[in-house]
Amino acid sequence: MLSGELFWICALLLVAILLATICAKWLVWALSFTPKRPGSLISRAFGDYEPMNWKTYLASVLVFGFLGIIILATILMTQGFLPLNPMNLPGVPFDLALNTAVSFVTNTNWQAYSGENTLSYFSQMVGLGTQNFLSAATGIAVMAALARGIANQQERSLGNFWQDLARLTFLFLLPLSIIVAVLLVSQGVIQNLSAYLTATGIDRATQILPMGPAASQIAIKQLGSNGGGFFGVNSAHPFENPTFFSNAIQTIAIILIPMACPLVFGVLSGARRHGRTLFRVMFVMLAVLLGLSLVAEFSGNPSLQSAILEGKEMRFGAGLSVLWSVITTASSNGSVNAMISSLSPLAGGIALLNIMLGEVVFGGVGSGVYGMFLFAVLTVFIAGLMVGRSPEFLGKKIEAAEIKLAVIGVLIPSVLILTFSAFASVSKLGLNSVSHPGAHGLSEILYAFSSAAGNNGSAFGGLNANTKFYNYALAFSMFVGRYGVIAPVIALAGLLSCKRSVPSSAGTFPVSGVLFSTLLVGVVLIVGALTFFPALTLGPVAEHLMMLGK
Amino acid sequence: MSEKSEVKKSVTFTREMCFQAIKQSFVKLLPQHQLKNPVMFVVLIGAVICSTIVLHDVGVGAPIGFNLHLTIWLWITILFANFAESLAEGRGKAQADSLRKTRRDVMSRRKRGSDIDVVPSKDLRTGDIVVCEAGETIPLDGDVIEGVASVDESAITGESAPVIRESGGDRCAVTGGTRVVSDRLIIRITSEPGAAFLDRMIAMVEGASRKPTPNEVALGILLVSLTAVFLLAVVTLKGFAIYSERVSGITEGSTANIPMLVALLVCLIPTTIGGLLSAIGISGIDRLIRKNVLATSGKAVEAAGDVDVLLLDKTGTITHGNRQAAQFLPVTGVSEQDLAEAAWLASLADETPEGRSIVLLAQDRFGFQGEVLSAHAKFVPFSAQTRMSGVDISESGQSVRKGAIESIRAEAERRGIHASPELISLGDLVAKQGATPLAVLNHERVLGIIVLKDIVKEGIRERFAHLRKMGIRTVMITGDNPLTAASIAAEAGVDDFVAEATPETKLKRIRMEQAEGHMVGMIGDGTNDAPALAQADIGVAMNTGTQAAREAGNMVDLDSDPTKLIEIVETGKQLLMTRGALTTFSIANDVAKYFAIIPAMFAALYVSGSAKSGPLATLNIMHLQSPQSAILSAVIFNAGIIIVLIPLALRGVKYRPVGATAILWRNLMIYGGGGVIAPFIGIKAIDILLTSLKLA
Repeated sequence: MLSGELFWICALLLVAILLATICAKWLVWALSFTPKRPGSLISRAFGDYEPMNWKTYLASVLVFGFLGIIILATILMTQGFLPLNPMNLPGVPFDLALNTAVSFVTNTNWQAYSGENTLSYFSQMVGLGTQNFLSAATGIAVMAALARGIANQQERSLGNFWQDLARLTFLFLLPLSIIVAVLLVSQGVIQNLSAYLTATGIDRATQILPMGPAASQIAIKQLGSNGGGFFGVNSAHPFENPTFFSNAIQTIAIILIPMACPLVFGVLSGARRHGRTLFRVMFVMLAVLLGLSLVAEFSGNPSLQSAILEGKEMRFGAGLSVLWSVITTASSNGSVNAMISSLSPLAGGIALLNIMLGEVVFGGVGSGVYGMFLFAVLTVFIAGLMVGRSPEFLGKKIEAAEIKLAVIGVLIPSVLILTFSAFASVSKLGLNSVSHPGAHGLSEILYAFSSAAGNNGSAFGGLNANTKFYNYALAFSMFVGRYGVIAPVIALAGLLSCKRSVPSSAGTFPVSGVLFSTLLVGVVLIVGALTFFPALTLGPVAEHLMMLGK
Repeated sequence: MSEKSEVKKSVTFTREMCFQAIKQSFVKLLPQHQLKNPVMFVVLIGAVICSTIVLHDVGVGAPIGFNLHLTIWLWITILFANFAESLAEGRGKAQADSLRKTRRDVMSRRKRGSDIDVVPSKDLRTGDIVVCEAGETIPLDGDVIEGVASVDESAITGESAPVIRESGGDRCAVTGGTRVVSDRLIIRITSEPGAAFLDRMIAMVEGASRKPTPNEVALGILLVSLTAVFLLAVVTLKGFAIYSERVSGITEGSTANIPMLVALLVCLIPTTIGGLLSAIGISGIDRLIRKNVLATSGKAVEAAGDVDVLLLDKTGTITHGNRQAAQFLPVTGVSEQDLAEAAWLASLADETPEGRSIVLLAQDRFGFQGEVLSAHAKFVPFSAQTRMSGVDISESGQSVRKGAIESIRAEAERRGIHASPELISLGDLVAKQGATPLAVLNHERVLGIIVLKDIVKEGIRERFAHLRKMGIRTVMITGDNPLTAASIAAEAGVDDFVAEATPETKLKRIRMEQAEGHMVGMIGDGTNDAPALAQADIGVAMNTGTQAAREAGNMVDLDSDPTKLIEIVETGKQLLMTRGALTTFSIANDVAKYFAIIPAMFAALYVSGSAKSGPLATLNIMHLQSPQSAILSAVIFNAGIIIVLIPLALRGVKYRPVGATAILWRNLMIYGGGGVIAPFIGIKAIDILLTSLKLA
């Protein structure tokens, strides 16, 4: 049983790597696309932009985010008056609308609602669908700006945000999504604008079957590390994910662009070897986390005989559910095909740790790489000290200002997670939403805030997050967790961009190869583990030990 | 060198120094001292909080045993960190005191026009002229404008042999505090009192003017951030603990109480590096002084670790400074011995270094007796017109000349003897090898050629190989023609050379290297080196050099040993490495501390039925005896490790030129791997000790 599933897991990962290398070439092409003939329509869309320094670039990203949140929240609140609403769903209340708007604009796709009961087709397609594209493009654009900053020699320009946005959306994300959507429709994922169907089940009870333009939405939700499900139960829903093959396509789609990103980063920053090293580091960490999860899942609960199957999609089996849970948390995607709450405590804990490590094991599109870059800056700093040379990274000297920015970027999500979780676990506001008292309840709270601050968006399940407190607190976490990292990253890009490159010598610490990889993994783990060890102990670890009956 | 450092090492700690340091540790408990070090300041706050709790408990009559014990150890942690800093400062102070002894306020004779008045040295100003005679102390730094004298500089260099100081040239600089041994010097003062070289050094050594280096600032930010995040982790843990206590139905506050949380915090924050950081910085400058190098700033020492291009003057650095005879090349039909004998004769009375080296070589090769020339011998000295020198012996009718090939050919023509064309081809051959040919003839015929070569100092090749291994490229600067320069460069093993160099080309070369992003070190002594020394990132002036050179550089080597740069670079690297290693060690320690404290805190959670402890007791993988002993052991280990690592902080992590990757592996294994394992062993050992002594 297990060996069959293991085979499929390996096969899927291999195909993903293969496609990711192709995807990386495509992405590099798109990001460097400059039209040849001036004055043409193509040239106006992709070519004529002023270069931006880091401040302008950052300001553009922020303004774009703000506008996105306002527009999306307005659409959600007024959907009752808007077209494409066959079920006549009313407008979304303000707190939920704000939460959802922030969630989709920040590429988190935390959903405190059930899509089929809450949102009209217009909200789904025009509102959320648009942001699925734009938030993904924003993440990749920030990564590209960082890469340019590294490649630059005493220059100020990081490129142009609007140009990057246009290139990424129209030359890359849109065509890729169409391909994936068509593949999904071929597997029976629904794509229509009909009203919900009423059917009578074999138990003669009447049930309502929700309909909608799911396939197109799902394609970009998976590709763009968005993860917001069309239906409430996300990709565990048979209309979202009907077959083994559709599950395979979506699994690959989740990890495809995040896997391509480190390679793209390497090419754009002029440090291909470093890019490949980042890829390998991420892949090895993913493999280890996956292995641990599988072991935890299949060693099972001593009080049961087999693998824990409750809450898992029987069509795919526990193995592929674990694969999904690992890559979806690792890649900051957040879509689920099983309820994470139903995973074994340790597998759930690993999913949680995955997010807490800063969403850098591939991470979100673009954000995984720039997040990892911040860790790499810290790594290089420590390593530089240890080899007795002023630290430099890809030829740029790392000084106090860089360290400050890197530390801010690395620690902001941790601060959000710990502060809000601690508050929620002692306050009635937080505790009222917890469905399982005990250690599991603490995991639920921790997971919610980790998911938000890490811009992951997956839900542990069990926590009733649609309350005013959680809607606002999580919206805040998502917003600061996104832009609180982007801002120092772009500032860092600006700083590095103005620096002169230092040539490497025998005394320079190489940022590719096994040693750097080991050290980088060490720093990621140490920062993550040391920050969250106490919290994890009282949550998933306690739960796991109790399950073992100790 | 090793012998020297051995001698100096023995005075690392004296009883007096330790005693002073202990006293200082208490003085430094004042908050204004602690505020300079945010990491230790957090410990201080923790200690104050715990002390308050203990006092409160005493007031209400609650048992205080564990909290008191814990509080004491928190205070000890701070004292240990203070002790480390005080000890490093103490060593600096001892250095400074010995330097200060040389800087007594002396009376000196100021010359104004033709008048001479006697003034104390503190009243002297830049530009004043003073007169110093044998036995007098030179009041302030200055340039000799008249006279030659031997000066005893042992006060600052530790070298007992007096050195010559003379006006003009590269040996005109004198240092305040040194003593004229013979003759008389007239000196123009170049520094204000209190701003002299020695004063700057004393300030540096005492740490008064020690500014944090850029690297220390960056590391400081990292350490403060870590401290902040651990503070957050510990504060929020209280919230999670309350939740867990509530759901497992036990009394609130029974697991993670305030003293325990303080203990956890103090153990987690990087106190090891935080406590030793300033000691590391002070000791770096101190170590350089032990190597007889004076640096003007800590920043310069650190920057030295990054030097990757080194420019050095050929003369006096790579070579002995003058050409020496290396070989005799006779023309066909002449034996080598005949040529050697003639050359020997012609040079016996020649007092130039070249002449002496010819005599030495001839005696060495053929064992000629060093007989004194008879009265009949008439020495013909070198003149600019003839460009030859030699000897005429009227007794035997011998008349030997040596000189440049052209001059000897002209002389042969004058004497009417045949100058073999072979001479020219031999001369070209020698010149191609970068050596200087010197032709020799006697009254009968042209004999051959003496090869004069720049002799490369012994062992210099190895030193350059060492530098290369450290990742430093060496560039030789010389006024020689490119041919000669290339040959010497190859022999000495430098990586590159600049021939026919002028001060401008030196400066240009440095700017070019810097434009490519290199960190350039420059070693020089002459006034014409001053611009280059100032432009270079690290300028090391020889103490024998001119005042201008010494002012321009940011370090002075008192031993005037050009290859000293190796040690300077090593010290710079050691500074960074020590900081990096201890930071890694400090953070790696946290793993074991978590495993000691967290299970101790939360063993009482989720106890089922009749079990003695809850599921989280499983995490007590060290099997520590009791929660109290576990927490105390961690705190005691945390404090003790500061003391244990003081010698390492002062001595620095060993540097070997084996490439970045190898060094990193090594340090990672020792300080990272060791940092994870050591506390497991240490905490367990302390736990056993505490339990057996019934202290916890």
